[in-house]
Amino acid sequence: MNPGWLLRLRGMIRKEWLQVIRDPSSIAIAFFLPLLLLLIFGYGVSLDAKNIRIGLVVEQADSQSLSFIGGLYQSPYFAPVALTSIQEAETTLRESKIDGIIWLRHNFGRDYLRKESPPIGILVNGVDANTARLIEGYVQGIWFGWLEQQAERAGRKLRSPVQLEQRIWFNPQVRSTDFLVPGILAVIMTLIGALLTALVIAREWERGTMEALLVTRISVAEILLGKLIPYFILGMGGLVLSLLMAHFLFHVPLRGSLWLMMAVSALFLLVALGMGFFISTIFKSQFVAALVAMVSTFLPAFILSGFIFDIRSMPPFIQGLTHLIAARYYVSILQTLFLVGDVWSVILPNAAALVAMGLFFHGMVYRTTRKNLQ
Amino acid sequence: MGHRILALIIKEFLALFRDKKSRMAVIVPPILQLLIFGYAATFDLEHATLAVFNEDSGSFSRELIGRFERSAGFEVVGTLRSEAEIAPLIDRQAALLVLRIGEQCSANVANGEGCPVQVLIDGRNSNTAMLALNFVRSIVSDFNEERIEQTTGAKLPARITMRAWFNPNLESRWFIVPGIVALLAMVVTLIVTALSVAREREAGTFDQLLVTPLRPWEILIGKAMPGLIVGVGEALLIIVVAVHWFQVPLTGDLLTLLPALVIYVLSIIGVGLMISSFSTTLQQALLGAFLFLVPAVTLSGFSTPIANMPDFMQALTYLDPMRYFLTIVRRVFLEGAGLEYFWHDLWPMSLIAIVTLAMATWLFRHRMY
Repeated sequence: MNPGWLLRLRGMIRKEWLQVIRDPSSIAIAFFLPLLLLLIFGYGVSLDAKNIRIGLVVEQADSQSLSFIGGLYQSPYFAPVALTSIQEAETTLRESKIDGIIWLRHNFGRDYLRKESPPIGILVNGVDANTARLIEGYVQGIWFGWLEQQAERAGRKLRSPVQLEQRIWFNPQVRSTDFLVPGILAVIMTLIGALLTALVIAREWERGTMEALLVTRISVAEILLGKLIPYFILGMGGLVLSLLMAHFLFHVPLRGSLWLMMAVSALFLLVALGMGFFISTIFKSQFVAALVAMVSTFLPAFILSGFIFDIRSMPPFIQGLTHLIAARYYVSILQTLFLVGDVWSVILPNAAALVAMGLFFHGMVYRTTRKNLQ
Repeated sequence: MGHRILALIIKEFLALFRDKKSRMAVIVPPILQLLIFGYAATFDLEHATLAVFNEDSGSFSRELIGRFERSAGFEVVGTLRSEAEIAPLIDRQAALLVLRIGEQCSANVANGEGCPVQVLIDGRNSNTAMLALNFVRSIVSDFNEERIEQTTGAKLPARITMRAWFNPNLESRWFIVPGIVALLAMVVTLIVTALSVAREREAGTFDQLLVTPLRPWEILIGKAMPGLIVGVGEALLIIVVAVHWFQVPLTGDLLTLLPALVIYVLSIIGVGLMISSFSTTLQQALLGAFLFLVPAVTLSGFSTPIANMPDFMQALTYLDPMRYFLTIVRRVFLEGAGLEYFWHDLWPMSLIAIVTLAMATWLFRHRMY
């Protein structure tokens, strides 16, 4: 056994490390990028609609109408604006100054007392369909509470045949931060991994230093390992920072075990770094590698990983395509580890997919670099 | 002077398009991504997986379950026999929600009381959970209303009628696809411009450019041209695909959208060239591009509404050119808004374009280090 490989590897790591330290951008990628992105994502991305600007048109201020809109004023979801006529309300809606209108016609109270089931009109700006749907849901909730309250006031119970009780597991307050922050980690780790390494090998080829390295006794595996280790350490530093922020700043509960979290994250980091190396090796030009890194990392991880758009809502063909995105597996594991716990039936298949992708990327990098020699 | 700039523009185009790989990287991914993201980016829950745990044996509960089975929103994936089966099913995401009907259901209803129904939803994705819950609620309340009418002849004291303007079926695709126009126009413009100066700095050819008789603003025009043509061109192509492939209605006028698009692309060019002249290596330019791209997308309101953000974040969004163009493109597409409705989005974007382009020009000669 020749201990020479250890010596060569150490030399290689040292060289890489010096390059990392001399260009502040690598340090910035590992520590500044996650800090900034987590702050922006954590505070900026929320699907919890609150203070929705809603116009109220009450044509006749009778007690039924007033008690109904009382519920709207108390709701944390709405910031009602009183308007005098439906014409005024429609103009305001068209100018985007409000997101919806609730309209109680002048005969609302009269028809209510005559038991003619008068309509409560909701008119929403449907451009943002998701918010429009949430508005509908919230108004329905208020409407239902109001019906019960009215029945109680009349001294009877509202006897609905089906009495629905709802339980949202893992996230009873339905805080969107709790599901978004784990996904954000996956996007950030994808960026860190790819940005750290996408240019590293291309740079050596471009400057001709790769040939210089290859004429020494160092082997391809040693070169690649020597490049991987420093960036892996940097990336893990960024990861720990992100996890701490997720837990202490955004108060996402961690119900799974920390060690499992670290192990899976290390695995994902290896895949993300592998993808960067892969881009770098295939294109051998920093410019093209940078172009490819920009179009192939952020947007797919953002849109196809299930971080914000639920994969279960996508058409089957696109669901199939998401299997090519490493972040998808990591998002799934993270959401489960943070919110549910160590559910092996979710973690194992996803981790296996990550292992396969990691082997593919690093294997391809090894093969391509060796082939370039011949 | 004119031919100097022309020569520079030709050189810039060659630098970008001569190499087949970089040509492909600029043109192919945005088109592919539009097609994929147009389908993928949706908040519309279809076929939510539902498992039923029915402890009742009467006809009432069967009728209720029938409603769920017939609804397009749900797909019944299983029938459970015991309570112990619920948790593992939800934990491993085999079902998004479980409908549990109590033992006394039909008997209670026969006595004029209520049937207890519990819905247990996987809250890992809180938005999906809320949508599923809304679905369940509307099925249950329709069912209730009909039952009450059938048994007592009475109607509910009041009912809700809902109408949505501009997007009557509330398809979230109509909201997202115009957003993708803004998103991909930004990515394409940014990749074309953010690397261009840094690449020359690293190769040392930028200093040569600076000692030619070309003035900084002439260099600016030369460097901006590829971004302008590629950015506007691809955005127009994407608009065509959005209208003809995804069938998103373009209610407004393409001609009112065009000036907004050009100003938007110019503002991204300004940012891209600023990042590029700031950097001395491609690695730094790449980092800079992401440091702009990711926050710009997040804060624009592309995927989550700006109104949901805390106030200080909302204030930050005013610095984001994508925020303005996103509003404009959505409103022109769906509301048919004309210039009078969006000029207050247009002028801040123009201001951003002017400031960033001027900064970039200045930075050509005044580097930080």
